[in-house]
Amino acid sequence: MLQLYNVTKIYPNSIPALLDVSLRIQRGEFVFLVGPSGAGKTTLTKLILREELPTRGQILFNGKSITRLRPSEVPYLRRRIGVIFQDFRLLPNKTAYENVAFALEVTGASRREIRRAVPAVLARVGLADRAHLFPAQLSGGEQQRVCVARAIVNNPLLLIADEPTGNLDPENSWQLMRLFEEINRGGTTILMATHAWDIVDQMKKRVVALSHGRIVRDEQEGAYGYGA
Amino acid sequence: MALRPGTVLYHLREAGLSIIRNGWLALASTGVVTVALLIFGGSLLFVLNTHHVIGDIESKVEISVFLKSDVSPRDVEALGTRLQQRPEVAEVRFISKEEALQIVKQDLGDKADLLAGMEKDNPLPDTYRVRTHHADQVAALAAEVATWPGVEQVRYGQEVVERLLAVTRWARLVGAGAMFFLAGAAVFLIATTIRLSVYARRREISIMKMLGATNWFVRSPFLLEGVILGLTGGLVAVGLTMAGYFPLVSVLESALPFFRLVSERQVLLPVFGGLVLFGLILGTLGSFISVHRFLKV
Ligand SMILES: Nc1ncnc2c1ncn2[C@@H]1O[C@H](COP(=O)(O)OP(=O)(O)O)[C@@H](O)[C@H]1O
Ligand SMILES: [Mg+2]
Repeated sequence: MLQLYNVTKIYPNSIPALLDVSLRIQRGEFVFLVGPSGAGKTTLTKLILREELPTRGQILFNGKSITRLRPSEVPYLRRRIGVIFQDFRLLPNKTAYENVAFALEVTGASRREIRRAVPAVLARVGLADRAHLFPAQLSGGEQQRVCVARAIVNNPLLLIADEPTGNLDPENSWQLMRLFEEINRGGTTILMATHAWDIVDQMKKRVVALSHGRIVRDEQEGAYGYGA
Repeated sequence: MALRPGTVLYHLREAGLSIIRNGWLALASTGVVTVALLIFGGSLLFVLNTHHVIGDIESKVEISVFLKSDVSPRDVEALGTRLQQRPEVAEVRFISKEEALQIVKQDLGDKADLLAGMEKDNPLPDTYRVRTHHADQVAALAAEVATWPGVEQVRYGQEVVERLLAVTRWARLVGAGAMFFLAGAAVFLIATTIRLSVYARRREISIMKMLGATNWFVRSPFLLEGVILGLTGGLVAVGLTMAGYFPLVSVLESALPFFRLVSERQVLLPVFGGLVLFGLILGTLGSFISVHRFLKV
């Protein structure tokens, strides 16, 4: 479903952030992207979302070249990919419900679709009773679950999470991982960039390790690994 | 992108919130739009009325055909007949040199004795006063009649008309210059307002893009904000112009009955409609500039 062929990304006046990266992710996989800070994890997610273009190489998503998309097609790519960040990126002046509904509004969904989908997805992440609270009134774990709801309300093919547990305590981190597993069981492919070695070690999923912009390891049921 | 009522309402609400947030700047840009359009509307109405007056004068313009002094009475009559037979001529009046002297005397009133003794050696020519059916026939007819034998000179209200036309040329030039300058300022202010709106909502914009909003969806509220600012400026300008113009029309009507301002609806409606449209264009232009420069996607 996602293929990278010899992808290199060099930011202007900089050493390569990604160097000759080739990677193939099947539909329904759960992949951890690990590596120290500056290894190129965020850059990789940006290339998949077409926030950046690769300097060299080719990326295919669902059989279609991401690098050759016309600018007007980019929004439709992004609607098929849910994204979750370490810093949540919720709108502070909207309630949990409104933040999730926003993801549907920007795609031009009807009110009826929104009224049907938003409560369902909030229930799925366990926030049915928190729907009308603002982000500031929610705990970190709850805010991150609003983000998950927002990311999956469009039924994306791929869920990308960039260090989603970075601001969470262990308890909330594990709750989030159980939610991810549940979403993954529903058929959504998950790509999660993380530093959290304990989570990676216990989840026993595929692990792709980056170091200085290169893939140094790619293991099924892998562990975070030493020194990385 | 499908334009669902919910989506339109969403954009309108966002645009409204932005305008409230921008407060003084939104007010200033609307104000400048208003002033620019007031000047535009004012000069437009001025030009319109001057043209109206010119038309009035032209339609009342008579051609005075002064005859040479040595023309025989028979030829004078023949000239009169020849004038009368022209299809564009509506009315021909003969004023003999004696009548002309009478008229001059009447005009002079108590100073008429200045002309004492002139009856014997009257210097005034015999004259035909000619009226045409249409004002635009005056110039051509006058030029032709001037070449007829026995005709000394042909005159009509040429000078007045040309002086008025010169005034309208100036009014147009000054009005266009001031309006051009102010329109530029209005576009600049609206662009600045929209830029601030974009800046205030950059977080929201990046989230919208992440969620797969199309460029037009992201831009719409900002474009709409500019349109609302420009439209408001246009409507205020029209309101003020109407509030100033219509009282002027009725004041002049009673004070100077022969001098009537244009007040026909079918003439004024396009003027006022044009002002609103112009405000709309200024607003759209201003927001387009900012949206394209600051929302590159
Ligand atoms: N916008 C940018 N401009 C220049 N260099 C960048 C930019 N973004 C990231 N980099 C560089 O690219 C490398 C990889 O960064 P990143 O992908 O953020 O790594 P990670 O997410 O694994 O910490 C780093 O050396 C970083 O400094
Ligand atoms: Mg990163």
